[in-house]
Amino acid sequence: MKQALEKIELAAKEQLAKVADSAELEALRVRFLGKKGELTAILKGMAGLSAEERPVIGQLANKVRADIEEAVESRAAELKDAAIRLRLKEEKLDVTLPGKAPKLGRLHPMDTVMREIEDIFIGMGFDIVSGPEVEYDYYNFEALNIPRDHPARDTQDTFYISDNILLRTQTSSVQIHVMENRKPPIRIVSPGRVYRSDAVDATHSPIFHQIEGLVVDKGITMANLVGTLDMLMKRLYGDECKIRLRPHHFPFTEPSAEVDIVCFNCGGKGCPMCKGEGYVELLGAGMVHPKVLKQCGIDPEEYSGFAFGLGLERIVMGKYGINDLRLLYENDLRFLEQF
Amino acid sequence: MDLSMKWLADYVKVDVPVKQFCYDLTMTGSKVEGYTVEGEKIKNVVVGRLLSVVPHENSDHLVVCQVDVGQDGPIQIVTGANNVKAGDLVPVALDGSQLPGGPIKKGKLRGVESNGMLCSLGELGLTAHDFPYAVEDGIFILQEDCKPGDDIHDAIGLNDTSVEFEITSNRPDCLSVIGLAREVAATYAIPFVEPSPKYTGTAGKASDTVSVFVENENLCKRYIGGVVKNVKIAPSPRWLRERLRASGVRPINNLVDITNYVMLEYGQPMHAFDARFIKGGEIHVRNAREGESITTLDGTVRSLSPEMLVIADVEKPVAVAGVMGGEYSGIMDDTVDVIFESACFDGASVRRTSKKLGMRTDSSARFEKGLDPEGCMPAILRAFELVELLECGSPVKGVIDCKTSKPKNNAVDFDPRWINRFLGTNISRRSMETYLKRLGFEVVLDKVIVPSFRVDIECKADVAEEVARFYGYNNIAGAELIGVANAKLTDAQKLKRSVENACTALGLSQIETFSFISPKYYDKINLPADSKLRSSVTITNPLGEDTSVMRTTVLPSMCEVLARNYNYRNAEAALFEFGTEYLPTSPESLPEEPDRLSIGIYGGGADFYSLKGVVEEIYESLGIAGVEYSAADEGCGFDELSMFHPGRVAVAKIDGKPMAIFGEMHPDVLENYGFGTRVYCAKLNITELLALKPAAKAYKPLPKYPAATRDISLICDDELPVAELEKLISKAVGNVLEKIRLFDVYKGEQIAGGRKSVAFSIVMRSAEGTLTDEQADAAVKRVKKALDGIGAEVR
Repeated sequence: MKQALEKIELAAKEQLAKVADSAELEALRVRFLGKKGELTAILKGMAGLSAEERPVIGQLANKVRADIEEAVESRAAELKDAAIRLRLKEEKLDVTLPGKAPKLGRLHPMDTVMREIEDIFIGMGFDIVSGPEVEYDYYNFEALNIPRDHPARDTQDTFYISDNILLRTQTSSVQIHVMENRKPPIRIVSPGRVYRSDAVDATHSPIFHQIEGLVVDKGITMANLVGTLDMLMKRLYGDECKIRLRPHHFPFTEPSAEVDIVCFNCGGKGCPMCKGEGYVELLGAGMVHPKVLKQCGIDPEEYSGFAFGLGLERIVMGKYGINDLRLLYENDLRFLEQF
Repeated sequence: MDLSMKWLADYVKVDVPVKQFCYDLTMTGSKVEGYTVEGEKIKNVVVGRLLSVVPHENSDHLVVCQVDVGQDGPIQIVTGANNVKAGDLVPVALDGSQLPGGPIKKGKLRGVESNGMLCSLGELGLTAHDFPYAVEDGIFILQEDCKPGDDIHDAIGLNDTSVEFEITSNRPDCLSVIGLAREVAATYAIPFVEPSPKYTGTAGKASDTVSVFVENENLCKRYIGGVVKNVKIAPSPRWLRERLRASGVRPINNLVDITNYVMLEYGQPMHAFDARFIKGGEIHVRNAREGESITTLDGTVRSLSPEMLVIADVEKPVAVAGVMGGEYSGIMDDTVDVIFESACFDGASVRRTSKKLGMRTDSSARFEKGLDPEGCMPAILRAFELVELLECGSPVKGVIDCKTSKPKNNAVDFDPRWINRFLGTNISRRSMETYLKRLGFEVVLDKVIVPSFRVDIECKADVAEEVARFYGYNNIAGAELIGVANAKLTDAQKLKRSVENACTALGLSQIETFSFISPKYYDKINLPADSKLRSSVTITNPLGEDTSVMRTTVLPSMCEVLARNYNYRNAEAALFEFGTEYLPTSPESLPEEPDRLSIGIYGGGADFYSLKGVVEEIYESLGIAGVEYSAADEGCGFDELSMFHPGRVAVAKIDGKPMAIFGEMHPDVLENYGFGTRVYCAKLNITELLALKPAAKAYKPLPKYPAATRDISLICDDELPVAELEKLISKAVGNVLEKIRLFDVYKGEQIAGGRKSVAFSIVMRSAEGTLTDEQADAAVKRVKKALDGIGAEVR
């Protein structure tokens, strides 16, 4: 009987080594270890053994069973391992094939930059306010100290709807609405579309976007204007960004300035992009004209303020190196999908 | 304003490189646009004397010249010109020289060596206006004080530098050499003395020749008339022509050039009349009469209207005041006596007139900014001085001065502490006074006395700007704002971002289109002739018809962009625009400007349901529940209905209000835009969503008990919308319903005509316990019964 057990063990191990897949392995397990298996069959003969032999054979039988079980398990692990290795080998992909993810749409580059600018201003404590694009002459011009027949109207060729109604030429019109409706302290920016009668070309569009800023409070100084613009430009273009103010004239600010930044293309050395000047003009600004404050019922002796207006398109074009303004309004997908 | 640097040097001595000069002036407020060095494209061109001119042996029209160019021996040059002879002084472009038209090299002309080129005016970039004695179509025969070998720049005075200033509208005084000289002097802190013209004159009075009547004193604050007798009309001397040229003004003749010279130098426009043609010896400054017209100096007949101010004799207008003189009374070669006009016309009036006549001149550009009446007298005196200097006539001493305004004693508060508080600076009173005095201001105690030519200075802030300009804007140290910063996006701004984010997540890319469109776009989308959307806010002076009305619907803009992309052969497109519509109210009020979302899709397997899915997802992402979709019909609330396929268009309603229309484009509209594919569009009202309160999001416990799912398949009338079936089923299942999912709609074989097969999966779950089969089956039984009631048979 002992021999029979040993023979079984030997046979089992021999067979196990030849097993090629888990089905064969299972068949083998049933053959040797199953209820009707060979080992069980032998153990059934235990009854005929003597009392001395029984524990010895019993022990041996248990050991053989355990050995075979272990061998089955280890063979199973081997097979599983081999199967995984085979699968991994067979499932090799060309990872350079293109991905299949659903495509995200893109925000228009102007919207992306506008959000960035709005967020900068929110961070600096400026509310974002909008106003009508079709506007009364009063808000676009007269309240901004640009009466009828003022030569400054020439620099902003205007689309008229009627004698009194026009398409706003500047988001500065929103300044007046805000000052009429809020008491200082006022700290707002007003982004939006503006309209000027310029034919479309690489640098002009009859529709473009401005972001107007206005701060009115007690003790607001021109130094605050400089500090605010400096911070804005550093946040927009990085800490290296340097601004430069040049005296200029706007009827609704006094003093007035045009603000340049060091050319982002050449860093100030002078290049075709900045026409050799080393600077790029970015915005107009100034201290709110006392007449404008008074017009809106704010006492210029008590309050002062500053205002500025920047053009979105120029910033977008500079940021992405876009050389033709028309691309922004043409909406060719091959353009839009680059952003 | 183009400033001649030579001219400037008459008044201030600056010795800095021109580039630095431009920078410095820009930084004190006189913005320089650029500068031109005259003749910079001309190199190695010298004066030559023709020693001999002989015919070319192989050509009828060429001649061979021996030319002394100041070198050891003469050089040989072949020319085709026939106006040269031995002894002439001519410009010679030597071998290796540069002309505006390109480089010149020696070579052979019909076998004869030519070591350069004799130049015409044109080849030097000049015209006969610069050198009236020279011919245009031949070699420039020099009548200048020069000798062979002299550089041509020096020989003909082509050595000025012209600096182009962009003068802002508040500073008409800087549209002059003297005005800019004052700014230059203040910039460099160097002396500047205002010139005072001197002339001898002959005895007599201008009023012996002419009388002046200012009939509209509101539009003419001052009118000075001066007379010059026995004028000799001739070209101006070279120095004067050179200065006009550097200032971009064409020389005409001495008398006319003097008026232009004075305008450029003093900023005061002048005019010269031939006294013979002032009928009745009377000048009337009056409004034009109905039906009057004038032929202006440019030879154009202009019809005048009564609001225009004219200068007239007893019969007719002889000049449009401040804009342009008449041809008839202009200076001619045989003019004997001249009347100079130096006047101050109302800026707004000149501006209106020049705009209406479409005639903007150097004169009107100055007047319209509002000139100083005090500038009239120095200008006419300077003109007299020049007449005597040029020896071209005898100014009569007494001038006529019609003046209605007194010199303003313009004093503005001077408060250094306020200025420093306003600027955020710490500038000493002494420095402030220095800056102001350099500009011609006087400081008397706490007042600044403003010179009359500074028409722009009215208040403390104006004075602060003058101080800041010369202190240096960039010397003002930036200071951060203080105070509470408490800003946030408004609901409308948040909504805009949410909508845009949802759109991009759904694969739509954003477009930006013009707010104005062509009225023809309404036809292109098949808008009914009587649609209210056809009444748009209309631009009275549009760039063209294509951009003449403010859109009342955002959809045509989307269609245009889709069509453009289709034409660019972009195989598929999925786009959105967050745009505005402009809906007229009444003629005297502003339109409404609601926000709209438009969506446009073609290609990439898109169909009606993929568009609907996008619309559903957008509402879902915004947390807006209770959106009901139904087939769009005439009363759907959107006039754009007509641009859609009538069987494939839906409206979305919220609380019964139409909020969106979407569907497949009508075949006619597809054709209008040239599409060869189906196109899907949607328009969603956005502003109206702000009034809705999206349901607050609240956590619902995850289900503890398993769900029971039953599939149900039915056949019903084809016309019956699936949404109706869903409603019926929901009601029948009752509160154990978790979800109904449509998984099949089938028409065709095995289904009778006019019927369709629809299959749903119904998921039921209870929060109290596991649903039993009996409960689930009972629910299905209720569904079957309900469906029976509407003639649907359950399979």
